[in-house]
Amino acid sequence: MRTKLMTGLALAAGLVLSGCATSEDASQTEAVVVGSQAYYSNEIIAEIYAQALEGAGYEVERKFQIGQRDAYLPELESGAVDLFPEYTGNLLQFYSPDASATEADEVYAALGEALPEGLIALAMSPATDQDSYNVTAEFAEANSLVSLEDLVGVEGLILGGAPELEERPYGPAGLLETYGVSVEFDATGDVTVDALLEGVVTIANVYSGDPRIAEFGLVTLADPQGLFLASNVVPIVSSDRASELALVIDPISKALTPEGLVALNLQSTKDEMSAADIAAGWLEANGF
Amino acid sequence: MNLFLEAWWWLLSPEQYVGQGGIPQRIGEHLYYTFVAVGIAAAIAIPVGYFIGHTGRGGVWLVGIAGAARALPSFGLMLLLVLLLGVSGRDSAALAALVILGIPPLLAGAYAGVQQIPRSTIDAAKAQGMTPWQVLVSVEIPLSLPLVLGGLRGAVLQVVATATLVAYVGLGGLGYDIIQGIPLRRFDQTIGTALVIVVVALVLDAVLAGASRLATPRGVRVGRLGDVRARS
Repeated sequence: MRTKLMTGLALAAGLVLSGCATSEDASQTEAVVVGSQAYYSNEIIAEIYAQALEGAGYEVERKFQIGQRDAYLPELESGAVDLFPEYTGNLLQFYSPDASATEADEVYAALGEALPEGLIALAMSPATDQDSYNVTAEFAEANSLVSLEDLVGVEGLILGGAPELEERPYGPAGLLETYGVSVEFDATGDVTVDALLEGVVTIANVYSGDPRIAEFGLVTLADPQGLFLASNVVPIVSSDRASELALVIDPISKALTPEGLVALNLQSTKDEMSAADIAAGWLEANGF
Repeated sequence: MNLFLEAWWWLLSPEQYVGQGGIPQRIGEHLYYTFVAVGIAAAIAIPVGYFIGHTGRGGVWLVGIAGAARALPSFGLMLLLVLLLGVSGRDSAALAALVILGIPPLLAGAYAGVQQIPRSTIDAAKAQGMTPWQVLVSVEIPLSLPLVLGGLRGAVLQVVATATLVAYVGLGGLGYDIIQGIPLRRFDQTIGTALVIVVVALVLDAVLAGASRLATPRGVRVGRLGDVRARS
């Protein structure tokens, strides 16, 4: 029933979106629909795709800020949206929650198999935006912390993150199982970084693309045992347009580095620039 | 319908009712924020409302402020207050946001409750030789009670619904299971908890409806308004 409901929504969305991708012969001239999550960093990447496609002579329709995966993946699957920036690990977790792969190439391979019919993952980018555990520089120094392994034996650890972290495989239970580290959990949600800086929590789950890691000198603890799923930026496309779009998008994925992504995000959070300006600047600086 | 069935099974499974993070604990947290916030809001709003209603001063001013306060987005206000007070003061910040939400209906109820008492009734009380204090305690407070309790019902209903948001800053309550369930795609948990919030809100409203029936003075009851909330 849930899938029926989703299909229904997707159909409705497809109708609203003027039935893109229903005609087969017009694919050259038809506008490419680029979507994005309601996440500022994702929108910047989508805007880079959109502007690059426009530069290559495509007509582009932007469907940005679509929100959660439950809302936009049916649109991708139905062909109402052609291109969407995604993250390998998080997307794999959506389609197969029990996936065991954590290393970048394994995750990418597993994702290729998990994707439903009609969707293709283009080459992934070296840029990642994945869960990571961070501590303050003082805390790292006081307890000589470099990796998650060093947390063993540190007393009174409190992990802060979104409420769902409590139940994720890399949450408190995974930390105990993989590294033998027991932590208390505090669902600090939207104020996790602030909670870490104030000392309300001692470890914070922050996305690796978050500019605040550098801004506040946080120390990201290494993950030698592969607790976290690698989550590289990966463009997801409808299979009928994959080969033509890959020509434009693949070089972009290659040029986008982890540091580059953080720099893009910083332009949004600190300089409050619009996604369009940030994307244009990046494309120019990288010679597209 | 399957989703609701799944939510129902989720609600029926015994493990939801025990231990850390169980439904009883979440209801306790939820009611704690609701009652403390409404209590503080009432302690502020009812005396101020009575003062304005009694003296007749500042009415226009009050209506403006109360109306503007209703338009404040509680979620944004809560996050702003958490950032201003710091995460260690997040419970006070969340309570403050809920108090601000609860004040307008209570204030309007107290003000309107005193305001609507016919002038002749007050004059008659004064003509009996009552002091202003006696007028307030024996005439204005009893006669305004139905509207004050109507305001209280409105405030409780809004605050109990909005207390769902305190989970966004890690304070628990029933909202926790909802905002945890969505990214995990546990829709049984999300819908089941939403149903619990609805039941809690309905039970609180029913209790207050009963209380306001009991508290209405006999003389007023004869001409009692059907649903006082609509007037507050």
